[in-house]
Amino acid sequence: MAIRKVIGTETEFGISIRRQPDFNPALASALVVNSFPGRRIRVQWSYEEESPGRDARGFGVPGYDYSDPDSALVNAVLSNGARFYVDHAHPEYSGPECFDPLEAALHDKAGELAALAAVERGQQTLPDGQSLKLYKNNSDGKGNSYGSHENYLLDRATPFGQIVRHLTPFLVTRQIYTGSGKLGSENGRPHADYQITQRADFFEEQVGLETTLKRPIVNTRDEPHGEPGKYRRLHVIIGDATQNEVQNFVKLGVTALFLAAVEDGALPDAFELSDPVNSCWQVSHDLELNRPLELAVGGSATALEIQHHYLEWLTKYAESELDEPVWDDVLSEWEAILADLERDPSSCADRLDWAAKRNLVDAYRQRDGLDWADPKLAAIGIQFHDIDPATGLYHRLVSSGRVRRLFTDEQVAAAMVDPPERTRAYFRGRCVSQFEEAVVAANWDSLVFDIGEPHLKRIPMMEPLKGGRDLVGDLLDSVETAAELIQALGD
Amino acid sequence: MAEDQGQARKRSSEQTSEDAEVETTEVSEADLSEVDDLLDEIDAVLEENAEEFVKNYVQKGGQ
Repeated sequence: MAIRKVIGTETEFGISIRRQPDFNPALASALVVNSFPGRRIRVQWSYEEESPGRDARGFGVPGYDYSDPDSALVNAVLSNGARFYVDHAHPEYSGPECFDPLEAALHDKAGELAALAAVERGQQTLPDGQSLKLYKNNSDGKGNSYGSHENYLLDRATPFGQIVRHLTPFLVTRQIYTGSGKLGSENGRPHADYQITQRADFFEEQVGLETTLKRPIVNTRDEPHGEPGKYRRLHVIIGDATQNEVQNFVKLGVTALFLAAVEDGALPDAFELSDPVNSCWQVSHDLELNRPLELAVGGSATALEIQHHYLEWLTKYAESELDEPVWDDVLSEWEAILADLERDPSSCADRLDWAAKRNLVDAYRQRDGLDWADPKLAAIGIQFHDIDPATGLYHRLVSSGRVRRLFTDEQVAAAMVDPPERTRAYFRGRCVSQFEEAVVAANWDSLVFDIGEPHLKRIPMMEPLKGGRDLVGDLLDSVETAAELIQALGD
Repeated sequence: MAEDQGQARKRSSEQTSEDAEVETTEVSEADLSEVDDLLDEIDAVLEENAEEFVKNYVQKGGQ
């Protein structure tokens, strides 16, 4: 039986200061992170447990710079267990570990709200006329891309080669429902007026360690952030940052289900692509969803056909192996999206960002008779991702009832403050709320406390599913100080 | 939540197949005027100088 797919998402936001074109993006990002108004602690992020240069295929990169002095500048851990920090020249929100895809989609949305709250407060320090803006997208349209990453807990016992073989065609073809849409093409790819994803043009390898150059479809970064003998953390870097809640739920849920089925050996080995790297952008550029992709065994199949096969296999798998209702919801939403994509992609505008943005751009072109190269359309393509409800075009679609939601504003606001209750994020978040003064360093798998003794106390959290309310809720309710907590944990 | 939505989806697709002929014209006119309203609303919030906005939107140092 596959282990539970604990899920977390990371978003690097695009940043700009309007009417201040020569702003420094690293400083502006620091302003955003430091302006977060909610409960949080600024801590030293302890990098000793991090090793982005370690490769899942079993080797390391000589000379890889494991430390990142820039990102040590500003680092906050929030009361919901998330990390909010500056990654190079972007504010990055890394959501807490979540128990299922619905919770992960909620916390991804809460990250937008946290970023917005930080922007609104940071804005107050800027001179009149300047305007601090964040965008939940992945490309500036000029060849620069920044990431939106998904993380899934995997069993170390599953051979990594098996994961890569299955995952490659799945990740390439799921783009038809993971994209947030883009005008134009980049990185030397053939011309496109519009394409399904922001990221596809940037993928140049099938497998690899990089995340900033020669990006690979399957990323091999091997930082389990947990017991290394038991777990891997699969770092998926090929998805777009999406705002639609249904889309996020389906993206995370289907991928988690897929990985569980791979671990259980429940999938036939049927869809090895002859040329995964070129298939990647070809799927993204194929707005009619009918381009055949060559298969290694001969013959071809479209992305939609391949996804229909996965739907059939994963439905059978879930029926026999999984009994939580959340997986039924994942499957029924996914099935409806595939059927609607086949019939008329524009009918998915209420659930898929790429379809919503395309309808919007098409409506403008028709009304104003605009050419694809018109800067007004490019502006719409960027402003679709503006996280400010007053100016962001996705938010205009929400407020006019054109977009389906899964969560209420109240649920999203609560998730910005409260941690998930069934993972170790609960312990981390509660400690941030309760022992603000005593937590001096943090990482995904540990917290370090200063309780006034000669030595700091490090609490390891190597099990992502341990540290939830059932295990530590009563304990945290019963202690007044971090010293009492440490003592109780030692007993 | 998803149960309700699943039922809603089924209902709306049944309705579409039965009543498609009759309702098409009316619905699309209503849709068009709604889209016009939406575009008008978006015109009001769109960056004033699109060319300058797009030119200055440059992002470096991403993953």
